[in-house]
Formats: sequence, structure tokens, C-alpha cells
Amino acid sequence: MSTPTRTPTGAPRELAGPTTGGVGANAQRPDAALKVTGEFAYGSDLWTDDMLWGVTLRSPRPYARIRSIEIGEALAVPGVHAVLTAEDVPGRNVCGLELSDQPVLAEGVVRYQGEPVALVAADHPEIARQAAKKIRVDYDVWEPVTDPMAALGHPTWNQVHDQPAEVSGLSRESAPIHPDGNLVRHLKIRKGEPAPTADVVVTGEYTVGMQDQAFLGPESGLAMPAEDGGVDLYVSTQWLHVDQKQVCAALGLPLEKVRLTLAGVGGAFGGREDLSMHVHACLLALRTGRPVKMVYDREESFFGHVHRHPAMMRYEHGATREGKLVHVRCEIYFDGGAYASSTPAVVGNGGTMGIGPYVVPNVHVDAYGVYTNNPPCGAMRGFGSVQAAFGYEAQMDKLAAALGMDPVELRCRNAMELGSESPTGQIVDSPAPVAELLRRLEAMPLPPEHGAGTAPDLRDLPGGVGNTTHGEGVVRGVGYAVGYKNVGFSEGYDDYSTARVRLEVIGGAPAVTVHTAAAEVGQGLVTIEQQICRTELGVDEVVVHPKDTGVGSGGSTSASRQTYMTGGAVKAACEQVREQLFGLAQQRLGRTVADLRLEGGKVVSDRQGVLGALADILGDEVIEETVEWRHRPTEPIDPEAGQGFAHVQYAFAAHRAVVDVDVELGLVKVVELACTQDVGKAINPEAVIGQIQGGTGQGLGLAVMEEILVKGGEIRNPSFTDYLIPTILDMPPMRIEVLEYPDPHAPYGLRGVGEPPTISSGPAVVAAIRQATGRALTRVPVRPEYITGT
Amino acid sequence: MKFLQPTTLDEALAAKAEHPHALPIAGGTDVMVELNFDKHRPAALLDLNRVDELAQWAPEDGHIRLGAGVSYTRVIDELADRLPGLAMAARTVGSPQIRNRGTVGGNLGAASPAGDSHPALLAADAVVEVASVRGTRQIRVTDFFTGVKRNALDRDELITAILIAPSTGPQQFCKIGTRNAMVIAVSAFGLALHPERRRVGTGIGSAAPTPRRAHGAEDFLSAALDDEGLWDSRAELPETLATEFGGRVRDAASPIDDVRGSAAYRLHSLAVMARRALAWAWHDYRTSTSDGRA
Repeated sequence: MSTPTRTPTGAPRELAGPTTGGVGANAQRPDAALKVTGEFAYGSDLWTDDMLWGVTLRSPRPYARIRSIEIGEALAVPGVHAVLTAEDVPGRNVCGLELSDQPVLAEGVVRYQGEPVALVAADHPEIARQAAKKIRVDYDVWEPVTDPMAALGHPTWNQVHDQPAEVSGLSRESAPIHPDGNLVRHLKIRKGEPAPTADVVVTGEYTVGMQDQAFLGPESGLAMPAEDGGVDLYVSTQWLHVDQKQVCAALGLPLEKVRLTLAGVGGAFGGREDLSMHVHACLLALRTGRPVKMVYDREESFFGHVHRHPAMMRYEHGATREGKLVHVRCEIYFDGGAYASSTPAVVGNGGTMGIGPYVVPNVHVDAYGVYTNNPPCGAMRGFGSVQAAFGYEAQMDKLAAALGMDPVELRCRNAMELGSESPTGQIVDSPAPVAELLRRLEAMPLPPEHGAGTAPDLRDLPGGVGNTTHGEGVVRGVGYAVGYKNVGFSEGYDDYSTARVRLEVIGGAPAVTVHTAAAEVGQGLVTIEQQICRTELGVDEVVVHPKDTGVGSGGSTSASRQTYMTGGAVKAACEQVREQLFGLAQQRLGRTVADLRLEGGKVVSDRQGVLGALADILGDEVIEETVEWRHRPTEPIDPEAGQGFAHVQYAFAAHRAVVDVDVELGLVKVVELACTQDVGKAINPEAVIGQIQGGTGQGLGLAVMEEILVKGGEIRNPSFTDYLIPTILDMPPMRIEVLEYPDPHAPYGLRGVGEPPTISSGPAVVAAIRQATGRALTRVPVRPEYITGT
Repeated sequence: MKFLQPTTLDEALAAKAEHPHALPIAGGTDVMVELNFDKHRPAALLDLNRVDELAQWAPEDGHIRLGAGVSYTRVIDELADRLPGLAMAARTVGSPQIRNRGTVGGNLGAASPAGDSHPALLAADAVVEVASVRGTRQIRVTDFFTGVKRNALDRDELITAILIAPSTGPQQFCKIGTRNAMVIAVSAFGLALHPERRRVGTGIGSAAPTPRRAHGAEDFLSAALDDEGLWDSRAELPETLATEFGGRVRDAASPIDDVRGSAAYRLHSLAVMARRALAWAWHDYRTSTSDGRA
């Protein structure tokens, strides 16, 4: 890969000082060596003597009434210790991230294929699996509701004839799956004129398929019954405290009796925000009095977590002849599947950011989240913004073509910037270099064409080693896209993180312990926590305490928020520790010194020089501070016009894709993906690059191959044989420019990094394929059939 | 589950005779996936990894006798000059790790319509050598595939080797996947020119219940090349001929719609692959010496 560049743009002065591995440095991950040598313990590696194995019996049907469950035969299998069903849930048999609507174990009805129905604990996983097959569940099978528009009682969308297809009355298709009906949330934005007129108007309909997070470490954990009648749960997750709350409710136990510790997480991407085996393992452990381990295999994992919402979108864009946007109307339908999960917030993001980072005086948005009997959908990297970007960026290209204007030029003429007003009436109050991101991409050199006359390496061609072209039919396309995403939790949510920082002398040297409950899922928060402590306290040795519920909530590892939020909390806790230390130093010195700072393990004054070693000043003292830290408050948007200060921070990225398409076979080779992203301040520049590369790859995957295929509510490809994710031959080299325009409201000026690159990479790839093929390509992932028309 | 681990071919055949339900395992790249996903629970596994006789290849009576247990990696590294079509197919199998473990014999044992080796073996007119305690017999690969994931083996038989004539003319193999590596074929096509016999061999993968030859296309092209004296003149191939050949290859397939691709796309892609493969092979033939070496 070409070397990424960083473009300094007035970032805060280097904070690291002589302490190494501080803020702004490429500090190494504390778990790096363990991970590359294969010694890191993931959740699936947990082991205790005397433990049992738990398995889940899942519904084979997307929608059915449970007439009866017979467990006798399963319970009689030698080596089986417990078989549990809904009636064994001692607390409330319901959980859910935003709405409590999902049973821990199905009760009376199953609403999706794969819904947990019963649990088995046995001496060996094989015994447990065999016993689960002996549980007799009698299902009265119902016809599943699978079309989100029909589920709302709307006419379904007839793509073929480009007109609504009628639903006859209140058919089975639109019967309510939950008591209050099938609408989870309807978000409305009404801004400006209700009926604006424009010189040029383009419309389009777009569809995004269901993407999976495809994390490599499956759902896993170990529940240990405790002497106090409670339980200790070691689990791979994204938010320990929200899990704890739900587990307690289901078990009917108080918070102090359910203690969670983060087990090694092998990727998350949103797929671990909801509960998976958490309550199940605890139920089995409490029933048997033995530790219970549960690990999903790959197939079960596809049924064991939520996916990215599929979306159907209609857009209308109007502009003046000069290319100024006059209005955007859009309707977005997010298929939430059988349970709400984070559908309300996905609708919130998809709706409020549904027209892209552009300034538009007249905006009319309707975003819907819908219950169906499809697999439940919830959080995934990009969270509503990913789907919308495929729509609004396709529209911007279509509009540019209608205007006879360069697509980058059109985007720049309408780009959001500092001081712009968002569709929700929010003034953008930190840098928003949308136009600059695009112009920088445009200025980058294009990758060379394949040399004429010389046979290119197959690996550089569409179809790869499949040897399907030696250049025949190959047309190159170039596409641009830009996207944006809110950082942190929005719409008035009380979003905070807690950090405990402890400073003491160990073995004669100062050492810091940082304790948060914020989940490390591979993104590198543990490194960030160390870096901030080093910078703020001038101490090299920083130990990251295991993540557990022994400290207050760190909030969710999602919404690109942890460096901002837990980073902010750690910084604040360090500042309090430092203040105490300075007090101690002045007490020891017997005088007041105004300009104290910490550097290289010493207390230093600019005017008076080194005043003493930290170790000497501290002696046997231990300074520990715990801080609950909040970002500035946001507000709910009003239900009728969707106006309000909804988002605390926006983060922006843009991509240019260069794609070779074999137009005859419909195969693609992404030749290069260039990315520009503003990160405010790169706390760990290498980690930032890693996030940009990974996020870009995930966006590329959705654009050209990643889709959970669902038919009649059933998943047809629950394996990595048929759910394809990009390989090194699909993911191209990247040119990356990282901009650092500080956000004055954020710690160190930083901006969340993880999600923006997932938003714009896919739309850029599809734009390039459109340019190469001349086809409209309104559905992603783009399959070869869409390109060849067969 | 019983685990049988013979160290000689005789022991292996005896074990198979005694346990006809035992599932042979070589590289395990198919078998272990089935076991891990609990799709298949054989009463016994017959591990062939310690049977040296199966892991050898050698020239024999004008053929290459390729032991059933020779890995794809070895086919690529050691036989690309003599069995170019098979080596190209082997190159498209899975990842390096899979190619190190997987074997052509295992591919035939699984007899999947999507097996990567099959189109190349069909085009090259390969012969499958199978053995049992009752003796050895040879089955033309054309006759080997009897249904979806079914083959012509008797219950007590093992695949011991594949007999393939070294190429006498250019060979090609093309495979469509929806990502650029590590993918199961959406459709695949193998082509071999046999100038000494003035015949053309073909093989179609993933586009019918079994891998199959496109007999009509073979006959058409062989005759057309003869009629126009092209084998001798080595003149440029008329484009219409290549297109017609592609169409006839397409007509020989009977694919289905599934999660990997539509039937219509499979047909379309076969026509394109066959046309392109023929153009490349013919180009190589025109620019090669008369002994067939490029």
C-alpha cells in the first residue's frame, strides 16, 4: 500500500513532550504481541475446570405459534444437566437495547428464523447439541411478513413497472407482528417550503441489501455462579453496563449480584450491542450451580446477532441551473426485522443525515423503521448513514449528469461547511471541510492504466485468478462520494463515560492504572487510554485494568464515540489526579508554584526547572480519581418538523474509487480507493489509518458482494462460503490523507474516526461502476447480473 | 465415530472393504467442513494421508499418473508444464492453505458440480483409476459423475489415481466467482486443444447437476477447424467461429438459480468464457511450435 500522508492543518501543538507513547504518537497496542503470536485469549478461549457447555435451540421458522415444547427426552440424555425454556426465566422474559420487546426465550410465538426457544447445558458440547435435537417443539406455522412496506399497510413497491403494487386490504402481509403494530419509528423532517420548484429535478429509487458485521470471533462467554447467589459473566460485548441491566432484569437479580467482565473480543462492528448468549449462560449456570460456557459456531452466529438494516429509498433532488440544490425529498424504509434492537436510532441517523453533507434550503424527509419477520436488524458501523449515502450520492451524480456538470463541482457548490445549517436546523459549529476533502481527492494522481501490449497479472484484473479476462471487456470507471456521521449518542441521550485513574509508585517508579468499562473490541481504545495517561501525567508505565462493571459505565463502544467519550473521561480523571499531585508537591516543597507540569516522571516548573521526581513526591501516597464525563448535551428533535440540536459532532470522509469492470461478465476489480478524512486530531495516527482502511473495506464489501440473502424470512447463506467478504485481491491499495482540523468542543480537538470511511467508500465504488457501464445500478450489493443484464 | 488410519494402499482397500460406509478423508477441505457444520456424520473416517502410494505422481505409459492424494499446490508447482489446464484450475482453489491440503482425488470423491478440477479433467479426457480388494478399474472422467455429488465408485472402492495425457496443445481454464479469490465457482469452463487428434475438449462446471462436457460444441469446433484447414494453416480464428463455439457451450449447460448466481447469468457467462478461452488457446496455438510447446 502506498504510504498514507497526514496533512497538518493547524492541529494543537504536539502534546507528547519527552514522555513517549503519548497523544499523537504511534504507540503500540498493549495486546499487539499476544494477538500476532496467537496467545491473546478471546471469549471463545475461556475455560474453567468443571464447566458445562450451553447450546441454544432456535426456531427453524420465521413466524409460528408454539403449541408445545417437550423437553423430557432431552433431559434424559446422560450428561445433560439442564434444559430450560421461557418458563424458567425467573425475571422479566424480555430484553432489548432501546425498546424491551425481545423475549430471552420465545414465549408462545417465534417471530424470526433462529429465535432462541430452549437451552441445554451438558458435560460436552456434542452431548448438548444432540440433546437439543431431542427437544420437541410443535409449531403452528404462520406466513411470515417479509415486505417492510406491506408490513406498514402501504402498497408494495413494484420495481418492474416502477409503480405501486396494491396490497389487498389488511392482508396477512400487513398483520401486526407486535401488539402496537409494525411501525417502530417514523421520523419526519420538514424544513423550508413545502412545495418548492426547481429548474432541474431528478428522482431515483435505491435498495440496499442486508449486510453482516462478519466479525471473526463468534459470540462467546462464560457464566460463573457466585456464592452470593449472583453470577459473574465473562463475555465478548460492546457495552458491559447495558448488558448488565438487561441480564439483571431477566434474572430478577439486583445489579450488585450480576458482575460482568469483558472477555477478549474478536471484532464487533455493532453486532455485539444486543444480547446474545449473556442471559442464556447465566440462566444455565444459576440452574446447575456450575460454570457454563457458550460459543456460537459460524452458522449460529449469523442467527445470533442483528445485521445492518436493508433499506428501500426514494429520492427527489431539485437544483437551479447553476447547480445549487433547491430541495431534497426522501423516503427511507428500514427493515428492522422481528425486534426493535436499535432501529429507532438507526431511523434517527438515517433520517437526519439522509440527504448527505449538503446545504439544502428545503428538505422533506420521511424515514421509517419497520417490524417484519425477517432477521432482526440493528447496529452496524455507519448505522443508517451507510444506507442513505448509497441513495443521496447516486442522486448527486444523477443530478450532475442532468445539469451537465462535473459531479465533484456539484458537490462542492452545495457542500456543508462551518456555520452551515443542517436539515434539522442545527448550526454546524466546528470545521466541516466537505469541499476540501473532495478537492484533495480530485488532486491526487490517478493510478496508471494497464500497460498496453504487456499481459497484466491476473490478480490485477476483474475476476482475479479465475482467469476470465486478459483485458477483454474491461472498462475503467472513476467515482466520488462523500458522507458524514454523527459521533456519540444523539437526540438528547444522556451520553457519558466513566474513568478511574490511579497513580502510585510501584517498584520505585511511578505507575498509572486506568480503569474503565469501555469495551475494547479491537479498535485500540486500550492504547488510547494509555496514551492519554502518559501525556497528562508524564508517566510511561500505564496499566489498563481489565474492563468490568467494577467501575461506572463507559457507554457503548459504538457511534465512533469511545476515543471522544472514554478518552475525554480518562483525560478528565488524569487532570484531577494531576491537581492532587500538584497539591502534594507544593505541600512537600512548602511553597506555591504557579506553573507546574508533569514531564518524564518529574514535576517541572518552566521558571524553576525540575522540582522533584514524581516517585519521591508521591512516596507511599496513592492518588485515585473517578470521573463521570459527558459531552455537551444534545436535544430531541421535534416530532413534526424534525428540528433540533440533535448531534454533538459530525465526522466527514470522502472517497474516490477507480474500478475496472469487465462489462461483458459483470466482474469488478477495484483498482484504487483513495480516502480523505478529517479526524480533528489523530491521537494514534497508525490506528487512524487502520480504521480508515478497515472501514473502507467494509463499505466496499457492501457495494459489491456482502449480502445476507433472505427469502420468505429465511437466511439462505449463513456461512463464509456464501456470505463473501473482501479478500486482499478485492481490497485495493489506498491513498489516504488525514486532515486534522480541531473541533473546539472535543478533547484534544479529536473527531470520531471509525464509521465515516464505511459510509462513502461503497457509494464511490458504485459510482465508478456506473461510469464504466452506463447502467443505473440502483441496488447494492451490485451483482454481476445487474451489470450484464442477465 | 471410528477413525481408520491405514499406512499402505492394501491396508486402505482392506479397511474400505470391511467398512464400506467409511468416508475417505485426504486433505479434509470438504469433509471437515461438513463435519464441523454437522451436515454429515459418517460412521467412520478413513484417513488416507499416511498412504504414500497415493501421494505420488509419475509419467507412465504416455500419461501422467497423478496420485489421488497429490495436493493442488504440487499440481501447480510440479505439473503446470504438462497439465496446464489442471494447474490453472488448481490455482483457483481456495486459499494457499486450502491448496496445500486439498487434492484432486478428494475433489473427485466429493463430485460436486462446482469442483474446480472437473472441467479441466473433462477437457483433457482424463481417466479415473479406482481400486478395491477386488482389483483395479479405470473410469473415463466423462462417465465418473453420476449425479449431484454422486460418482461411479462402488462402496468398497477408493480413488487411487487420475491418468491424464500431457498436453499436446494449449489449455485454458476460467472460473467466475463474485469475489476475486477464495470463492466457489458460479460457473467454470475448461478447454483443451488436442491438435494431434484434431479434437477439442471441453468441460463445464457449476452449470448442470454434474460437471459435463459440451459435446456439441466440441464436435462443431473440431469439424470447423478441420474443414477450414486451420489446424495446419494456424491461421487466425474467425470471430464468428469463436462466438458460435461459445453459444454451443452455453447450450450444453442446464444451470439453476441459487444464492451464487442466476441460471441466466451462468449461461451468459459460459458463452463469454468459452469464446474468450478459445481465442486465448488459439492465439497460443498459432504462436507455438509444431510440437505444441509455446
